[in-house]
Amino acid sequence: MTAAAGGDDWRGAKGMFAVLASPPVLWLAVFFLAPLAIVWAYSFGENRSLTEIAVTGSLGEYARAVKPLYLAIIGKSLWLAGLTTLICLVVGFPVAVAITFADARQKAWLLLLVMLPFWTNLLIRTYALMAVLRTEGYINWTLALAWNGVGAVIALPAFRPLDLLHNNFAVVFGLVYVQLPFMILPLYSALDRLDRSLIEASLDLGAGHLATFVRVVVPLALPGIVSGVIVTFIPSLGAYLTPDLLGGTSSQMIANIIERQFKSANDWPFGAALSFLLMYLTFAAIAAQAMLGRKKVRAA
Amino acid sequence: MRSAPGPLEYLRRWQLRMWLIAVALFLYLPLATLIVFSFNDSKRTILWKGFTLDWYAKLFADTDLLAAFGNSLTIALLSTLISTVLGTLTALLLWRFRFPGKPLFEGALALPIVVPEICLGVAFLVFFNTVLRWPSELPWPLNLGAITIAHVSFSFSFVALVVRARLASFDRNLEDAARDLGAGEWAIVRDIVLPHLRPGLIAGALLAFTLSLDDFVITFFTSGPDTVTFPVKVYAMVRFSVTPEVNAASTLLIVLTVGLTALALRMQGTDLVKTQAAA
Amino acid sequence: MSAIIRFEDVTKRYGPVLAVDNVSLSVEEGEFFALLGPSGCGKTTLLRMLAGFETPSEGRILIDGADVSTTPPNRRPVNMVFQNYAVFPHMSVADNIGYGLRMGGVGIGERARRVDEALALVKLDGLGQRKPDQLSGGQRQRVALARALVKRPRVLLLDEPLSALDAKLRDAMRSELAALQHEVGITFVLVTHDQDEALAMAGRCAVMNRGLLQQVATPSDLYEFPNSRFVADFIGSVNLFEGQLTLDEPGRAIVHAPDLAAPVFLDHGVTGGTGTTLWLALRPEKIVLNKRADGPPPPLSDDGDTPPGHNIAEGTIRAIGYLGSESTYDIALGNGRHVRALRSNLTRWDQEELTMGEPVWLRWHSCSPAVLLS
Repeated sequence: MTAAAGGDDWRGAKGMFAVLASPPVLWLAVFFLAPLAIVWAYSFGENRSLTEIAVTGSLGEYARAVKPLYLAIIGKSLWLAGLTTLICLVVGFPVAVAITFADARQKAWLLLLVMLPFWTNLLIRTYALMAVLRTEGYINWTLALAWNGVGAVIALPAFRPLDLLHNNFAVVFGLVYVQLPFMILPLYSALDRLDRSLIEASLDLGAGHLATFVRVVVPLALPGIVSGVIVTFIPSLGAYLTPDLLGGTSSQMIANIIERQFKSANDWPFGAALSFLLMYLTFAAIAAQAMLGRKKVRAA
Repeated sequence: MRSAPGPLEYLRRWQLRMWLIAVALFLYLPLATLIVFSFNDSKRTILWKGFTLDWYAKLFADTDLLAAFGNSLTIALLSTLISTVLGTLTALLLWRFRFPGKPLFEGALALPIVVPEICLGVAFLVFFNTVLRWPSELPWPLNLGAITIAHVSFSFSFVALVVRARLASFDRNLEDAARDLGAGEWAIVRDIVLPHLRPGLIAGALLAFTLSLDDFVITFFTSGPDTVTFPVKVYAMVRFSVTPEVNAASTLLIVLTVGLTALALRMQGTDLVKTQAAA
Repeated sequence: MSAIIRFEDVTKRYGPVLAVDNVSLSVEEGEFFALLGPSGCGKTTLLRMLAGFETPSEGRILIDGADVSTTPPNRRPVNMVFQNYAVFPHMSVADNIGYGLRMGGVGIGERARRVDEALALVKLDGLGQRKPDQLSGGQRQRVALARALVKRPRVLLLDEPLSALDAKLRDAMRSELAALQHEVGITFVLVTHDQDEALAMAGRCAVMNRGLLQQVATPSDLYEFPNSRFVADFIGSVNLFEGQLTLDEPGRAIVHAPDLAAPVFLDHGVTGGTGTTLWLALRPEKIVLNKRADGPPPPLSDDGDTPPGHNIAEGTIRAIGYLGSESTYDIALGNGRHVRALRSNLTRWDQEELTMGEPVWLRWHSCSPAVLLS
């Protein structure tokens, strides 16, 4: 009697089922779903006094969240996250291709190469970039060196260091830096599953490499590409540390505003509303991906 | 004598090689310079002034930082213990049983992985200030309880994922053989399933450990002035006083997490590649 | 007819491994040519070099007289039918077939016309809008064929085309492919490890082993006049006897083989003087079995030349394989050597004539053994 594929019926071993199920379910309910539920409730409430919050069921806080001031910030966050995702896609795709077509030994090393930064602390990675982008940072230092080197030959005005830190550029730079491995892995996984003979067949029939990629590789690897996009976009959208350390006053993202509501402004309902707006956007993106996946299955 | 590259040998084309090198430099130069300059005998500039271990000495003399590190370690150990147990129970449950509401449960399990960290952080802050007030006057280590609970909540799903991947390679015929020989359900789990799971358990535990040690956002929202952890302390240092001491602290943290993750990888072998591929 | 394909001293190395070792051969225009050999012999590598998916380490490949060794696959006048068909799963049958035409810049109207033509050629009329996962394996193979043929290449390459089909379908496709080649008239180059396939379909075969070219000949020449023990053994079954040449004259020769009690008489001369070591390859169907030593001689008229006591052996039947139309006999000679013989069951009672354990006499014609010097 071999067990069924999806598992045995729970009634077959009630005792064991209870023991296995109770702790995770309880923990999930009490220490995960409950906190989220409370915040969700608050998003429909308002501040009554310094310590009291009344859940009124009104959408007042959500309405505040879509006022021009905050809408602009939400828009900016979507824009920065989108830009980051696009750059990661463009930079990461050739890397994924290179890894897919490497021989077995090189593949292992290349994957390690891509994964290693992912294992280091986010705070540290972001801090490292500060040293790179500062006015006296490495990029400016190298540029100054080059500029002054040329200036020894031709007369040039004094070197003005580039403003690379505490602005949108730095935030996108930082987000790409952090998210790139998240984009490369799903891309690689999808490309690796592709049947090589399909690429050879396309070449054999007269298509160039670019045409082959556009007409054969991309359509078949699309689920993986969508996966990579989602896995890059969502964390970028909800990023806190990167805009906090690398961004300026004009590069605040949703997470920074949320933090302020809870830590300094003490406006929890508003923070809750913003928080859940972010959640809704996240779920929307995931739902879009799931629908795309199901559509492909039905079309096939 | 090597032949010209075949049409599919993309890695041999110089354009792709250049791109790979550029990306590698992009990813590693900042980290490499950070590590190198933790040994730089100069406070502020980015120019190399000589090798020194002063900053590491300062690091080890900084009691606040050491206390924060101690907190982080304690939280990580406790969180790992609880997460591993919960994650393993979850994995066993999902693998062994079919029950009403299973897809819902699996969806709920996906939430800690999918939900943005800031939302979780905020939720825990609210929770521990309203429903379950966690007094900060509690003696150590109990005062770290809130942070620990938060860490467990977001990491046990990851452990479940890792253990499930390992379970996928379990041959159920072994179970049937044991049952045939008279073993009861619990004996089977203890004697047959858990030994098979061991590499997955270790890998999951190491994963939970590094997730906890590295976490910033959630900890930032659940910690207080008396319960500072290492990343939170480093954050304060980065924000207000940048000295190479931070570099030294960062270097140590990098070495620790990379080392642990490499160990986890080795234990898990191919299971991990399949998990990431599926993610 | 001129050589449309020429391999000149082609070698392919993968690190220390020599996949193809200094192969030179030519394929004539309009031929159905087969590359035959056991797995790992280099035949697939040779085919892929012809298609452009590998580049030779040494040597050149010429198509229509032009050196294509470094030309990329999408610019060669050659198309391939892949072993697993490689039909694009996300495109319809018609889009698959039209893909190559599209890449070649053929307009929509002309494309549609030629796709319909191709569908008719491979007998898949009306299935243009289906998706590949709605087709059977055999149908997918036809799509792959049509897709390659619609481009009217100079050469069509087929990589183990029948290996994925079941036995009955394989048989049917064999004759279909041969007929197709005849109808379309272009050069086909086929790679296979199945010698029945190669012999049945091809006009000429190249037998390869471990990267080396063993022999290039027509199927009947390969079977009846192999140039080496490898070829004799690879194609069909054979009895090999090592021996020494004891008499060598123009028109006749005598070989003494230790495994055979009686000497072997050949009705032709052999190059190499007396004392030369050589091998005799005797096919099972060329052996005549008799219950008596003085039974009727092999049914060929002028065998009166064979002196008595030559071309004869005695043994015991150890195993019989009844195959319906014929029977195979495994016979143990006096010295323990086993010989295989094959006999058609001409009458409906033939299978009862020789039984297990029975003593039997073997005879063969003086022109039957093939003489091999390597």
